[in-house]
Amino acid sequence: MLFDYQEFLDGIDREAYHEGEWQWEEDGYTVTRTYTYSAPGCHDSCGVLMYTKNGKLEKIEGDPLDPCANGRLCMRCLNLEEGVNYADRPKWPLKRVGARGENKWERISWEEALDTIATWIHDNLDAKGLGRESIFVNHGTGRNISSWVPFLGGACLGTPNIGAIGFSGYSCYLPRTCGTAAGIGDFPIVDASEGHADRYNNPEWVRPDVVVIWGCEPLRSNADGYLGHWLVACMQQGTRFISVDPQLTWWGAHADYWLPIRPSTDLALALAWLNVITTEELQDKEFIEYWCAYYDELKEHVAQFTPEWAAKICEVPADLIRDAARFYATAERGAIQWGLAFDTQVDSIQLCQTVSNLMSVCGNIDKPGTNILVRNGFEINPGYATAQLYCDPETFSKKLTVDLVHPGCTQFIGMADCDAVNRAFETGEPYPIKMFWSQGANGISCSATAAPRVHKMLEKVEFCVVADPYMTPTAVAYADIFLPLKTTAERDSMRVWWTPLRAMKAVSEWYEAKSDEELIVALGNKMNPELFQKRWPTLEALLQDYLDVGFNLYDPETGKSYKSAGRSKAGMIEVPDVHTDFWKKHHEDGTCSFKSLVEDKCGYEYDDFCATYRKYEKGMLRPDGQPGFATPSGRIELVPFATFGAWGIPPLAEHVESLTMKRWMEDPEYRAEYPFICINGSRSYEFFHSENRQQATMREFHPMPLVKVSTQTAEEYDLKEGEWIWIENTEGRCRQKVHIDPTLNPNYIHAEHGWWFPEQEPAFPHLYGTFDCNINNLTASYETGQGGIGNPLKSVAAKIYKCTDDVNEPSPGEVVTKLGGFRDDYVATEPFAWTHDNTTREGGRF
Amino acid sequence: MKGILINYEFCTGCHSCEVACKKHLELPAGEFGIKLSETGPFEYAGKTGADHWEWTYLPVMTKACDMCEDRTAKGKLPMCVQHCQAWCMYYGEVEDLAKKMDGSSRCALFTR
Ligand code: SF4
Ligand code: SF4
Ligand code: SF4
Repeated sequence: MLFDYQEFLDGIDREAYHEGEWQWEEDGYTVTRTYTYSAPGCHDSCGVLMYTKNGKLEKIEGDPLDPCANGRLCMRCLNLEEGVNYADRPKWPLKRVGARGENKWERISWEEALDTIATWIHDNLDAKGLGRESIFVNHGTGRNISSWVPFLGGACLGTPNIGAIGFSGYSCYLPRTCGTAAGIGDFPIVDASEGHADRYNNPEWVRPDVVVIWGCEPLRSNADGYLGHWLVACMQQGTRFISVDPQLTWWGAHADYWLPIRPSTDLALALAWLNVITTEELQDKEFIEYWCAYYDELKEHVAQFTPEWAAKICEVPADLIRDAARFYATAERGAIQWGLAFDTQVDSIQLCQTVSNLMSVCGNIDKPGTNILVRNGFEINPGYATAQLYCDPETFSKKLTVDLVHPGCTQFIGMADCDAVNRAFETGEPYPIKMFWSQGANGISCSATAAPRVHKMLEKVEFCVVADPYMTPTAVAYADIFLPLKTTAERDSMRVWWTPLRAMKAVSEWYEAKSDEELIVALGNKMNPELFQKRWPTLEALLQDYLDVGFNLYDPETGKSYKSAGRSKAGMIEVPDVHTDFWKKHHEDGTCSFKSLVEDKCGYEYDDFCATYRKYEKGMLRPDGQPGFATPSGRIELVPFATFGAWGIPPLAEHVESLTMKRWMEDPEYRAEYPFICINGSRSYEFFHSENRQQATMREFHPMPLVKVSTQTAEEYDLKEGEWIWIENTEGRCRQKVHIDPTLNPNYIHAEHGWWFPEQEPAFPHLYGTFDCNINNLTASYETGQGGIGNPLKSVAAKIYKCTDDVNEPSPGEVVTKLGGFRDDYVATEPFAWTHDNTTREGGRF
Repeated sequence: MKGILINYEFCTGCHSCEVACKKHLELPAGEFGIKLSETGPFEYAGKTGADHWEWTYLPVMTKACDMCEDRTAKGKLPMCVQHCQAWCMYYGEVEDLAKKMDGSSRCALFTR
């Protein structure tokens, strides 16, 4: 083994990298040691050294003294300077002067922008007796989205309706957090030593023996706060791998087992693995006896799901399923790295719970080199719940919930239900959405399923504000007011997503752009001055509140503490002490401030929770301080009767096909018309979702959207590498350039997401070319599974054909923005024209 | 003599070395100080498990590479080595790097 962490540490010239200093002068530059956190960027924050001159970011490199990333950066942050200094970045607030989609703007002041917003809300909502629930607040992903934007929605605008437009089934991350919380009570991630400041040297840490990379490409995505290359460090130290993925990834090519299952059949595979483990007695008996409940019920339930049964569904051999299950289950330290594919299937919630069970029954929970249980550092949790603290309870009770579209489902999510929001846009029921606020999100180019349908919803919205660092298709198409946001290099902010707590220090300036945090302060003081004058009159006060109480309530006069009543409940509850662990640790030594975090702590501090193993033995997981897990019974509930029961979800898992896949397999005519399963949305190194398309260097590496086809398909359709083709189904079509992948199953194609072309014409019908290449022209909204969770957007049916002159017109941009769209027969709550169902369950209901 | 050892068994093809180097040498589009080569993916009919697939990236150092002389003179790591996400690049004296190769995984040693 060549990897030697101590040798790496010893080899760093600490003087050359100014150990212990947060800022210094070097060769005419000011160098700042800090962290990035999007935009542009990703879910992570890597330690960087930013080189600036006269308030301008000139260059950036990784900080070898940062324990999170050890100085290693992806190409995206290495190229940060191009994103930050992009010449066409909007410099000041803008007011639309032409029609929507004409891209005609007039410069206005921040004062005028905020006045216009406040006046519009007053005149068109408050004065007309409409509630603030008529505002929908939309956020993207990456930078602290789960805190700042929902917080802005609740505290500044007073709406409970916050989420992502067109994002049926909350199909990102949330199914995993809820599916695993139901049984385990906490969230498991693979232990690559990321909880420890001394990393791979930590005396307690042991590398995992086997890691299952499942529905995930962590190298490219770095998703969910996790750096994928940590796992390569583990591989160098001896970890072996299983890859579960319809496509061959780098992991599949380096794994002991690659299981190329049919897309969206993951639950069948997981049930079969449980079958193998329980029938062959490979489970961790001691762990189950001491710490788990309902093992016998689980075993009895999975007895029917043999590898032979799963082999037919997943289209991989039964022996391969069996061997891989044994390889994982017999490892002393096994762990599972799961990805977005878990969230994009109709049986998502049960899939996530079932794969949590695979961790639990093998005892791979919270021990070194397994799936460790993690929480946000220092218990700083300013998510959706804190936003709800500040929304008027009566307004909050009108939140758009899942039962409005999927009767029988129970809302247990902080977000407004995506399909209920769609329905409100489409029908005005139960009330109309009058205003659309979108911040750090480019919905129609990226996260919105059924993008052409979403366009129909948004083109009619009465008032739209878009806040973003860049002019985007979403802004050009709908914004009445555009607010320029700062990038990561320009903002003072912090993040907690597990550990450590990290600070982003502003090092450069961009004209009149404001940070998300500054926007909250400005908007809040305008819209809700009583609250903001008291709590958050300035940015400094806001940042301090984050560190002290995470936006919860502490009343210094009475000494009482309150926090939000919970993800879906309005109002607050009294708690013993709402101060964060950071405050508890540092308020006495006077270092509980943003300034101290930046300057004294070099931008980061690890917390104890994530660094501690076997927390369930130590009473660290339950509010009552007893050993056990944060579940109703205190044990891991392998069949989550109580929690799934309360959420209206059957506690025993069953694999379900989506409407499309069911038809694709049962209806030969449909399959002949649409012969491919179109997987989509896998990430590339160059881009984070719809970001980075402005950057010439990223486009040098990845100029155009690519659709992967197999060698056999290329031959059959006479396709050449780099040729444009149409991808089409009943919902619409788009075009991308062919990449021939000799390892791809001939029944599948894979299309990219998030494309637009900042260099192309912004005005309708072109709209930066975004609809022309948008794979979400082929996805559908309103279809979800149990609990209203999971839209099968990564397994749509499609056909392909060449882009020849006779079929190229009209372009999708023309169709969507000028000709009324691909379909004129949308019925609210129904995804397709060919069925009235929005789920394959009996009668379309649960 | 200084060199760069690439333990390319673990190279993921992440492009960080390429971009890090472009920034250092201020190279325009199309020019590289280090450039990835890709072999595969293809299958070995007779092999199973982790030996079944060949899919190998190997970064090749070009004529433009200056071994990051200005950086290493100050005690800093070469840009490509510092940013290699897969921990597969090492910088040092060629003799030391040669000793570091232990036969456990595929390596290449580059000099100017
Ligand atoms: S884009 Fe890459 S380098 Fe930047 S924060 Fe994310 S993981 Fe780190
Ligand atoms: S040593 Fe420096 S110049 Fe040479 S390839 Fe690496 S980054 Fe480029
Ligand atoms: S940075 Fe390292 S892992 Fe990435 S392509 Fe270069 S050598 Fe390979």
